[in-house]
Parts: sequence; structure tokens; C-alpha cells
Amino acid sequence: MSTKLIEAIGLARHYRLGTRVLRALDGVDLAIGRAETLGLVGESGSGKSTLGRTLVGLQPPSRGSVRFDGMDTKGATGAVLRQLRRRRQLVFQDPSGALNPRMTIGATLTEHLRVQGWERAAVRARVPQVLAAAGLSAAHAPRYPHELSGGQRQRAVIARAISTDPDFLVADEPVSALDVSTRAQIINLLRSLQRDRGLGMLFISHDLSVVAHMCSRVAVMYLGRIVELAPREALFAAPLHPYTVALLSAVPLPDPVRERSRNRIILRGEPPDPADPPPGCRFHPRCRLASAICTRVDPPLRWFGPHHAAACHHAGEQAAASAAGGPVRINAGRPAEEGGAGQMR
Amino acid sequence: MTALLEVRDLRVAFGAAAAVDGVSFTVAPGETLGLVGESGCGKSTTALALMRLLHGAVTGGSAHFDGRDLLALDRPAMRGVRGAEIAMIFQDPGTALHPLIRVGEQVTEAIRAHQAVSAAVARARALDLFRQVGIATPELRLRAYPHQLSGGMCQRVMIAAAIACSPRLLLADEPTTALDVTVQAQILELLQTISRATGMAVILITHDLGVVAGMADRVAVMYAGRIVEMAPTAALFAAPAHPYTRGLLGAVPRLDQGWDDELPIIPGSVATAIAASGCRFAPRCPRADRSCRATPPLAPVAEGHLAACWHSG
Amino acid sequence: MSDILLEEIPLPAPAGRSHVLRRFVRHRLAVLGVVLIALLGIGAAGAPWLAPHDPDEIAISERYAPPFTAGRVLGADDLGRDVFSRLLYAGRISLAVGVAAMLVTLIVGFAIGAFAAYYGGWIDTLLMRLTDVMLCFPSVFLLLFVAAFVTPGLGSIALMIGLTCWMEIARIVHAQILALKSADFIAAAELAGAPAWRIVLRQILPNTLAPILVAATLNTANAILLESYISFLGYGIQPPQASWGNMLTNAQSDFQVDAWLAFFPGLAITLAVASFNFIGDALRDALDPRLRDA
Repeated sequence: MSTKLIEAIGLARHYRLGTRVLRALDGVDLAIGRAETLGLVGESGSGKSTLGRTLVGLQPPSRGSVRFDGMDTKGATGAVLRQLRRRRQLVFQDPSGALNPRMTIGATLTEHLRVQGWERAAVRARVPQVLAAAGLSAAHAPRYPHELSGGQRQRAVIARAISTDPDFLVADEPVSALDVSTRAQIINLLRSLQRDRGLGMLFISHDLSVVAHMCSRVAVMYLGRIVELAPREALFAAPLHPYTVALLSAVPLPDPVRERSRNRIILRGEPPDPADPPPGCRFHPRCRLASAICTRVDPPLRWFGPHHAAACHHAGEQAAASAAGGPVRINAGRPAEEGGAGQMR
Repeated sequence: MTALLEVRDLRVAFGAAAAVDGVSFTVAPGETLGLVGESGCGKSTTALALMRLLHGAVTGGSAHFDGRDLLALDRPAMRGVRGAEIAMIFQDPGTALHPLIRVGEQVTEAIRAHQAVSAAVARARALDLFRQVGIATPELRLRAYPHQLSGGMCQRVMIAAAIACSPRLLLADEPTTALDVTVQAQILELLQTISRATGMAVILITHDLGVVAGMADRVAVMYAGRIVEMAPTAALFAAPAHPYTRGLLGAVPRLDQGWDDELPIIPGSVATAIAASGCRFAPRCPRADRSCRATPPLAPVAEGHLAACWHSG
Repeated sequence: MSDILLEEIPLPAPAGRSHVLRRFVRHRLAVLGVVLIALLGIGAAGAPWLAPHDPDEIAISERYAPPFTAGRVLGADDLGRDVFSRLLYAGRISLAVGVAAMLVTLIVGFAIGAFAAYYGGWIDTLLMRLTDVMLCFPSVFLLLFVAAFVTPGLGSIALMIGLTCWMEIARIVHAQILALKSADFIAAAELAGAPAWRIVLRQILPNTLAPILVAATLNTANAILLESYISFLGYGIQPPQASWGNMLTNAQSDFQVDAWLAFFPGLAITLAVASFNFIGDALRDALDPRLRDA
């Protein structure tokens, strides 16, 4: 399967908290294609950052495996490991924390490349190139992070991430810490990089509007699981999981007319403690569709149509409703097909 | 309608740097005013100045609240106003609550600071408030410590303490920024319900244009310590007059449109491009010319719609 | 071209260091300290050229010569040796012991603190409990205990002092690294495959430098004082070689008659120790990142 760039198979990551076990990731199956950007949305504690960090190899999975370009990443050593490091990179949420305050931007880039075995001369030539690619200039190289603005710092972090010509990038909330006007600049930069370099990307965000602008496919996470996975048109037009529906309805629109005429679904309660998830479907205490079965049986991720999967006992009804012209469409998209439910491979 | 709060030419300076540079606005009783801007624009500083929490950094202006100038009140009088008539909630409810005191106690304390009631009455009132702000099992939650509650729950406690004395004005400084979207929706709905039910005016400080679009009656947009545009919410979003407002609105990715379009951007950043004199936005403005070297006044462009730009007429 | 837009960068003078200097200079006593340490240092380093006499040269006829008599600026001691010359040569020993011991505390403290914090787990527990245990003993007694088994000499004394005083540095380094370990830039370095030693030296060390520098300065003062103690008690530098400490011992028997014999080495110790302490305090303020914008 050469179309898959990176694949998570039954990925789990557990943390021990005293006597309890926090299942930050609890069985995630996911594949991202070459030059594809997959959006990953979810609230704090959903495990989306853990998934991103596990995919780039910053943390080992507790169970399951990560396959990159057809090979198992576990136990890779020597040249293979170096290749894996070169090809998978991470852009962090907070650019201030992601750059060493005592190193100039140039030194940070140089160190990053030298560690990966680049020759001094090659590094010298490379640094101005990647700074330019990230929208900075060679004049930024001798600057310390505190001398740059937030947006410039995030550009420097992006420059470091693309300096080794990776083919897979995890962007973990790359614009959440930035101001509105800077945010647009960084979104445009990431989009142009993804377009020009054919980068595969996992774009993690809690902001669905940003995801809509960055990603062709979107996965929704809730308490360590993927609860819905669909092309963005289908997800936004005909969401199947009630959590996705609520999430979409909670996003404020910068438009007073639409914002005030919307029919809001306001979720009850708070996201539960990930170390103590409810039995059955993890979403059921907050779900307006919850029925008896939801409190007992944990629904698996099922396929409704070739591209749209959801983990909900009632997703079939939802799919039927939307096929019949159901909820308001935000944007014309691929209609979700009814039935055809099959287990995830 | 007479204004509940009338701020005139407020100035705040930290050392030589002007953080708030001549800000004037009014808030009518029951009105929600959105104060929007990017970090460092002076929106939070404005709120802190009104609460007199800046200890001498205020260098000029007046803020008449119900006939009294907040900036000129003596300390005991200000203590009487703070918390009782004007309340404030903050961005990070986790740090705004005392970590070692049960939340119920913190709310009763807020009540008893301003009302001569017995502890039992105050506790009953706190219980009532907890119900009002939608805290499930309030009897149990009264006895909880802040770290035992989620962020959304802490913000509800903050709101309960803030509305304990039925204030007439609430300053809400980024009340939902630290919260998840679904919880944000809950808190915003709660604020709206309370303000409608009690006629409490709200100054909602936020960087999120989506939040003001749903909540505010009027919006003031701040840039580098000055208000650059102020208008009724519908008018502001339908016909933004200041290039900065236009830029901001354009730069926000929207869930409902333009997914594949390049986002229009405002070049530069607040931190690195502020003009020392004249229009502060000029270095980033597509329409800047020689006239922008003089400071543009906040002038009417339509009924109730003010903008500080030479080119917005 | 609008997607990648060069931001306007006003280029401020890369200022960081001069700010630190400016805040340091505000401490008058610290500036005085620097001057005094410089003078003591020059005196010690230049002793062979500056000293008017051989420090060990005995002139029986000039025993107990008071200052400014017999051509001796600070007089002569019980054996008629020139006090000024001995003071200069003693400074070589005392300052060298101070600096060398400080370097030992730095190396040992950093290694132990960094190793414990970076690896965590039982290594961390073991090393940091060891640190706590070491802290429980007053270092003077520890030092005297060890000194009883070791032949005194410049190197051995510096090593001994260093090995009994590294705990503070270890704790500082440990705390700093624990705080930094979860920083994203460390994660970025790990992701790039940087080995642990490289992360510690390149990423962590520069960020812990400020508090370490402060502690090192204070440690130097402490080491000078400790050397004086043990030399005074006779376990340190052995006569006829002079150190400020054993010059005091020497002066002890004649204190009632010729107090000035004790005064000058005492003054040298006081000035050196106080100066290093002032410098340490000023560095603490000057390097505090919270004051960066002040």
C-alpha cells in the first residue's frame, strides 16, 4: 500500500497516575496518505497531542504500532532510524517554548542539522534557504527568540521542521498561541508548504474553522479514541457522531446574523476525566441521543460509506437522516451513504 | 438612555510606554460591549484601570460610573464599588481562585464582604448562586477545592462569586479563552442568560471575533492602545470602516466559507510595527499615505458608527 | 507572493549582555568587589615581581618590625619575614584554592545534578538522597575528617573543599533541568536524535548558567574561607609556605602584643570573601530573567 505514508495500528499510550492508568490513546487506527493533510480535532484531554507525538516517534506507544512508508518504526536503528527522524518532523504549539531562549535562530537550525549528520558547509548553505522558505530572511539568523514576534518565532520553528526536507509533518496546534492577524500568515505559509513540497501532515487543532482551511480529511477524537473520520465536506455537512455535531455547533462564527440565527446544541456537562472514562460509549453522559445500549456497549468505529466512519450506535439513523436531506448543509459536500456499515479493517 | 459607565480619554502608561492612549467609550445599563483586539492592544489594561488595579499607572482621564468618577474615588469608596457594583472575571479561572480555600467559602466571602448577612444566609445564597450558574450537585461542589474542579466549572464558580452582589457591570476579560469550545458555548450562554435576566451590563474583552458576534450589542476594536472603531455589532461586521477591522475580519478563517481560498492577511505584527506618531496602524495599512502622519480622531461614519481613519469617510 | 510575506524587522542592537552589565554596575559594592578582587588577583599573580623580599627569607634582626619600619611596608613577623611579601604569596595560594575548589564543585555538582535529573527514576533518587546526606554534615567537620588522612597541599586541599561543597550546585542544576526537561525545545532536540550528553551541554547548560554562575561565585568565597579555617587549624597549607589562614595561626601567639600581624591576613580574607559575596549577589540580580525588561 504505497498510498499510505504513515499508519497507526491499534495505537495506545498509557500513563500511570499513582494507582490509576490514564489511557491517553486507547486503540487508534489511522492512515495518512502522501501529500495528504489530515485534521485532528478534539478538546483538551482527548489525546490528540499524544497521538501526534507518538506518530513522530517522540514517545513510544504502549501498544500497537506505527508504520511509516511501509516499515514498522519500532526498533529501528542506525541509518533507518536516521531516515525516520529526517522524514518525520513536529511543529509545536507554543513557539516560545519550542526555541531555546539562549540560542540564536541560526544556532538552533545549525544544531538541528548538525545533530542529523549534516556537514558544516552544507549547513551554512541550508540555513538561509529554509529561513527564506519559512518567510524569514538571513537577517533573522543572528537573532534570539525574544527579539522576534510570535509569528516570526513560529516561522523559525517551521523552518527547523522543514530543514531536513521531511515528507511528514505533525503540526500540533501551530496557530493557537498566535494573534488573529499572525494566525492567517502562518496558515497560509503551512498551506503553501504542503502544496509546494507535497508534505503529508497531521494538523492538530481544537479550532474547526482552522481545520476546515487546512485539511482535506478530518478525524475527531474524544477521550483517547477516534469517534469520527471523514472528508471535510462530509464531516461539516453531514456529521454522523453527536459529539461532532455539538462541536460544530459550538464554533462561534464571526457573523452576527448567522451566529444569532443558529440552532445551538449546547452539550451538557464537562469532558470526563480521561483516567476514569464512563462505561459503554464514552460520550454517552453528555449525549442527547444516548439510549440504553450506549451505557453498556462501547461502539466501535464503523464505516458508513467508503470514506466516512463513526463510532456511534446511532450513527446509522443519523446517516439515514442526512441522506434524506437532513441537517443544514454548511457547504456542498459528498453525501454520506446510508448503511454499508463494516468493521474497520 | 444615560450611560451607566462613561470612560473619557483614559490613559495608562507603564514607564514611558503608553499602554492605553486616550480611550473613550460608554456602556448603557444592560448593554454588552465587546472590546476586541490582539494581545498588547490595551484591552485588558483598560479593564484593570477601571477596577483601579493598576496602582498608579493611570495617567489621565475619567471613568464616571453612575455619576462617580471611579478614577478619583478614595480607597474605601472604591472597595465598596469593586465586587459589589462592578465585578470582574478573568481568563484563567484556575489561578483566579485561591487554591487552598473551598470554593463555597470563596463565594460566601464575596457575599459577606459587601453585605451584612450571617454565615448561614450567605451559604444559602451561595448554594442558590451555584444552581443559577448551572453547577450540578451544588451542595457537593461548595465543599470542593479549585483543583478538584475542571476549568469550565471554576469559571462558573468565578461567575457565581462575581454576580453574588448583583453588580450592575461585569468586566469579563477573555472569560472563555482557556476553555474548550463546547464548554465555551456553555459559559457564553450562561453570561447571556444572566445579563438578560438581571439587566447587568457586560464589557466582554476578547480576541475572538466569533464570540463578540454572538454576544455583544456594540463592539469597540482596539489597536495599540487606542479604539480605532466602535459600532453596533451588526454594522461593524456588515460594513467595517477601519482598515484594521477589515483586515481582522478577513484574516479569520471561517467554518462556513472560503475553505480553499488564501486567507487575506495583515502584514507585520502588533509587536514589531507600531507608528510612533500619527495613526498607529499606518505601517501595516494598505491605504496609508501622508495624511496618516497626523492622528485620526474617532469620528462618526454612520449613525452610532465611529472610526479613527482618515480614509473611512 | 502574499502567502510568504517578509515581516518588517526593526533590528534592535543585540542587547542582552549590555543590559546585564548595566544592572550589575548599579550595585556599587559589587563594582568595588570586582576592583578589590582584581587588585588581590594582580597582587597574587605578580607576587614574584611585586614582592620586595623573598617571602621565606628570615631576618632575625628585624623580628616583629612594625609597619613602615626597616623598609617594610607591613612590617615583619616573628621570624623577621616580610609580611607584605608573604601576604602576596599567600594570596596566590588562597585565591588558587578558592578558584580550583569552585571548579571542582562546579564539575561534580553539575555532573551529579544533571545526571540525576536527566535520567530520573532510581538514579535520581539515589544521587539526590546522597546530596541530602552530604548536606547534613557541616562541611568544616567533613573537611577536617578527610584532612586527617590526606597530605595537605594546594591540589589536595582544593579537591577536598570541592568534594565537600558541591551539593548546592547539584541541587540548583537538578531543579533547573527538571524544569527544562519538559520544554518543547528539548523535545525538538530529542526528535532530531541528539544524544543525551549533547542535549545537556548544548540545550540545557546555557539555560542554567545564570544560577550556576551565582552559586559558583559564592562558592569561591566559601572555599577561601574554608581554606583559611583548616590552614588556621593546622590541617591545611603547611608552613613555611604562606596562606592567609596559616599567617593568622602564626600571628595568634603574639596577638596581644603585635595585633597588626593578624590584622593584614584577616583583612585580606575579609576583603576577598566579602567581594566574592557582593559579586554573587549582584550577579543574581543582574542575571534574573524576570528583570530583563527593567
